[in-house]
Amino acid sequence: MHLTRTARAVLGVLMTMGLAIVHVPLLLVVLNSFNADRSFAWPPSGLTGEWWVRAVRSQGVRDALWTSLQAGLAATAIALVLGVLAAFAVHRHRFFGRQTVSFLVVLPIALPGIVTGIALNAAFRTVLDPLGIGFGLFTVIVGHTTFCVVIVFNNVAARLRRIAPSLAEASADLGARPAQTFRHVTLPALRSALFAGALLAFALSFDEIVVTTFTAGPGTKTLPIWIYENLARPNQAPVINVVAALLIALSVIPVYVAQRLSSDSAGGRL
Amino acid sequence: MLAPPLLWLGLAYLGSLAVLLLSAFWTTDSFTSDVIHVWNTDNFRTILTDSVYRTITLRTLGVAVAVTLIDALLALPMAFFMARVASGRWRRALLVAVLTPLWAGYLVKAYAWRVMLGEHGLVNAVLAPLGLTGPGYGLPAVVLVLAYLWLPYMVLPVFAALERLPTHHLEASADLGAGAWRTLRLIVLPAVRPALFAGSVFTFSLSLGDYLTVQIVGGRTQLLGNVIASQVTLDLPLAAALSAVPVVLIVCYLAAVRRAGALDSL
Repeated sequence: MHLTRTARAVLGVLMTMGLAIVHVPLLLVVLNSFNADRSFAWPPSGLTGEWWVRAVRSQGVRDALWTSLQAGLAATAIALVLGVLAAFAVHRHRFFGRQTVSFLVVLPIALPGIVTGIALNAAFRTVLDPLGIGFGLFTVIVGHTTFCVVIVFNNVAARLRRIAPSLAEASADLGARPAQTFRHVTLPALRSALFAGALLAFALSFDEIVVTTFTAGPGTKTLPIWIYENLARPNQAPVINVVAALLIALSVIPVYVAQRLSSDSAGGRL
Repeated sequence: MLAPPLLWLGLAYLGSLAVLLLSAFWTTDSFTSDVIHVWNTDNFRTILTDSVYRTITLRTLGVAVAVTLIDALLALPMAFFMARVASGRWRRALLVAVLTPLWAGYLVKAYAWRVMLGEHGLVNAVLAPLGLTGPGYGLPAVVLVLAYLWLPYMVLPVFAALERLPTHHLEASADLGAGAWRTLRLIVLPAVRPALFAGSVFTFSLSLGDYLTVQIVGGRTQLLGNVIASQVTLDLPLAAALSAVPVVLIVCYLAAVRRAGALDSL
């Protein structure tokens, strides 16, 4: 399709406006983390680094960060194992209900977090409470794993569909045992999809708040929970701004890594 | 090999949903707030007959549809520019620029808008010289912020579809005498339709169940998610029955878009 000069210009303007809308709120958070005025009225009256010092020293922020890291790493690890198994099963075998499986795995990300959250909450109360397992980090990890599995599954299943079956056949013809074929042919072809899936799963877990709210015990505070609890406290607002600014700055890393690793220009699938 | 993941999804996930659905058929003692395990359908009758819940359901549906439409309208030109006008390094850079906010965190973004939409926030400061004021906190703010939050989910699949669209389809259309608009309507739109539906799965269903954005920028707005969240501690059976509403809506929507091939493009 040949685009006229005007059409290109219009599209360019729309793109610029879209990017501006996307980035202005985030830039404002970063700027506000240095705003000397606690009410964050526009324009800022002066700049200060005090909030950053306070945030780094805050024990609440550090504990929450550590909890979030533990939950994210554990959920990602379990999801990797289960997601890869499911992707292989759906890919290799034609079985009854195969379509249902691919429909089923979409549900945890398509259904609202609050439904998943209160469902897990009700189930944990009926099943785990009698066993003496209370709400805490463990229940958060179980909750996060349900949607992390989906992310890993989607990434690995998409890659498996694209690997030519002739590669594994050639490997077998050359005398490789199935385990050798897996190690030397399939796994290298999957590596970047595994990484992208794990990265996305971790990021989703790190950011999750709704399911976490309903599966965490009173003492378990992930970073998003900490932020949410402190939103209502005006004197904590500067520290929240710093944490938010830090999270925005950190968000560049996964995008960059996913871009480098993934042949998919979109860098992974949700 | 399928057993462990299926057991997980089956037990942890579907099992939990089943427990939730079961508890929707119980009632709560209004004095002691204890759940009474007597099978009845009172909760569902309340939801279906009480006009409050009907209004809230319709309002929530309206929000989800509005957010989906806004995101589709914003995503199409942006994705088209990225996939078809920009090239090479520019395309990568734009992609990173659109993707980065996706990772910046739900709460961070909702919070950013809360600051911007505040009485002395940036929105009012920018609009003041024009003699206008921003929407403040309320229903319009909820639609705005939700559209903002889910935009990357729509841009990504549409971009991927446009990038895969073979150039010779566009050239053939031009050779046969079609103008840009006609090519757009007859070649480009049909090619991105499954991607639009795939994106809409996220924008629609994420909006339908959201309650935090509503709490952060919604003022006193009530949507399904909020009502469920506020009933969880007061009346779990009613909350369970209420959460069947978005689930039914979403499952219907998924079934509808699955026919359009959207789930394969997820």
